[in-house]
Amino acid sequence: MASPRRESRRISGSERIGMYTLLRLERGGLEPGLPGQFFMLDVPGHIVPRPFSICLAEKGELAFLVNPVGPATRELCELKRGQTIGLFGPLGNGFRTDVERPLLVGGGIGIAPFPYAAQIMGNPPIVLGFRTRRQAEAAKLIPRAEVCIEPQLVTELIPEGPIDVLACGPEPMLHAVRALAPDAQLAWEAPMACGFGACYGCVVEFEGKSRRLCVEGPVLNGRPPVLPLIDDQEEEEAGS
Amino acid sequence: MILNASGCLDALTAPRVARSLDAFVAKTITPEPRPGNAQPRLAESDFGLLNSIGLQNPGLDVFYAEVLPLLEELEMPLWISVGGSNAADYARICERIGERDSVDVLELNLSCPNVDPAAAGAAEIVAACRAVSGKPLYAKLSPQLPDIAEVATGVIEAGASGLSLVNSLRGLVLDEWTLEPRLARAVGGYSGAALRPVALAAVFSCYEATKGTVPIVGMGGVQSGKHALDLIAAGASAVALGSVLFGDLEAPERVRSELEEEARARGFERPSEARGAAHQPFAA
Ligand SMILES: Cc1cc2nc3c(=O)[nH]c(=O)nc-3n(C[C@H](O)[C@H](O)[C@H](O)COP(=O)(O)OP(=O)(O)OC[C@H]3O[C@@H](n4cnc5c(N)ncnc54)[C@H](O)[C@@H]3O)c2cc1C
Ligand SMILES: Cc1cc2nc3c(=O)[nH]c(=O)nc-3n(C[C@H](O)[C@H](O)[C@H](O)COP(=O)(O)O)c2cc1C
Ligand code: FES
Repeated sequence: MASPRRESRRISGSERIGMYTLLRLERGGLEPGLPGQFFMLDVPGHIVPRPFSICLAEKGELAFLVNPVGPATRELCELKRGQTIGLFGPLGNGFRTDVERPLLVGGGIGIAPFPYAAQIMGNPPIVLGFRTRRQAEAAKLIPRAEVCIEPQLVTELIPEGPIDVLACGPEPMLHAVRALAPDAQLAWEAPMACGFGACYGCVVEFEGKSRRLCVEGPVLNGRPPVLPLIDDQEEEEAGS
Repeated sequence: MILNASGCLDALTAPRVARSLDAFVAKTITPEPRPGNAQPRLAESDFGLLNSIGLQNPGLDVFYAEVLPLLEELEMPLWISVGGSNAADYARICERIGERDSVDVLELNLSCPNVDPAAAGAAEIVAACRAVSGKPLYAKLSPQLPDIAEVATGVIEAGASGLSLVNSLRGLVLDEWTLEPRLARAVGGYSGAALRPVALAAVFSCYEATKGTVPIVGMGGVQSGKHALDLIAAGASAVALGSVLFGDLEAPERVRSELEEEARARGFERPSEARGAAHQPFAA
């Protein structure tokens, strides 16, 4: 698994996709990691970095899909091509992608990890749910996905029978998915300050155990965590 | 000497960062496990970070049996931060952890803004710990004490070997639209840049009150070598890095080399020579 690194990267593009902004960075030597893993992005004028899922990892590039919900995300959406930004990753545990009967389920900005997942998994079936038509414009990142808009719920698009669900979206959606597919791999969210287990800000309770999402998640039921995250090895690898 | 602030680094997830410090300070442990507070636990504010982790920790027994042995494998000086709700709680932990040769210092967290304050006075807690352990005891105090210097002299008289100054300040952040508190517990601990002058004042007055005779770990908003030098000039003998570590894993090495440079630029051969420099005008 790729060791996380902190690097400074130039923004190679920024495009509006409905409500969201796709921020493209020059990848350089950074490993993109696995679908469901994330990077901490340094946001100009902000004290702690913010977590974002790897959305696309095309050749020489790394892209993040940003939903402007607050000061830092709005700032990120305003960044321009040519500016530089610090980032740290890949972090956390991603999805297991080698499943037999995959179905990717995304809600709202929860679409973010799936363009990359779809690329790696060879275009598996995908269902996406959005609140508004404008949000749903993001579905163009995954042209073959089946899309619904509220009042229809994305869980209504999940077929019956044995499937291996990979899901990312708001918490109520994750709970609904879990009720239908108890073994689903679910990408959870909580505010994070560090992304490497230092602050205990991201702890959630899952199956009776409290877990640091940045270490044991964000995908729960996904890949097992690998510890330690930041070890001497990293230097050796980075130096080689 | 550069340390981490308790609760701001896990040496087991980031051993490389821990090894770049002169000692590793563990997150506060309590006699029983604590699940910590509900989500959300973090919110950024102007000039700082608000947290309400709620002293989440596995409790003394699990820490002693499972975590401490792993920390010992780092083969570096360990400081263990101790919490509780009464003097007996603190003493119980100090007695047990104090047995271990690997532990250099017991830091008594007398100041967490996210749990109900210990009913017992600070001096009483220190005395109870002193009675059961011969280890160096550092009292970590809150910058919100009405007279921090008075409490500092009290804990030193009760047997504390040093002071850790300061813990975070109580703060509140509201959601920009709903105007509701961002944290589940509403109020949390405010750390970061805003704490710098507060920490400086605390170190300054405690150094004066103890006449420079006790070691002081200064912390609060340190981001650069100059910030560290300021704390040393105010009276700190060591400096701890807290929230800065969340966004900068290289901070210990960077702050250390900046500190040496900043000290030299002001005519001090070593940073430690600058200790108390802020007090000279008064000493004359
Ligand atoms: C592993 C992970 C991956 C993520 N990936 C993406 C992504 O690909 N694209 C994207 O747009 N966002 C993603 N997020 C969420 C994103 O990090 C937050 O929206 C961002 O940090 C908010 O910062 P802000 O300053 O703009 O808003 P703030 O002012 O910090 O917050 C605005 C509102 O959002 C809430 N909030 C903040 N952070 C989170 C969070 N992490 N989880 C739930 N609620 C939160 C706050 O409580 C507040 O109500 C991810 C989060 C995690 C944990
Ligand atoms: C997320 C977080 C968790 C903390 N946990 C503890 C703790 O367990 N025990 C403790 O004594 N202090 C704790 N602190 C306080 C720090 O040790 C330090 O005193 C404070 O953050 C000021 O330093 P800074 O401004 O450099 O962060 C915590 C601070 C933060 C931000
Ligand atoms: S984000 Fe800091 S512990 Fe997970």
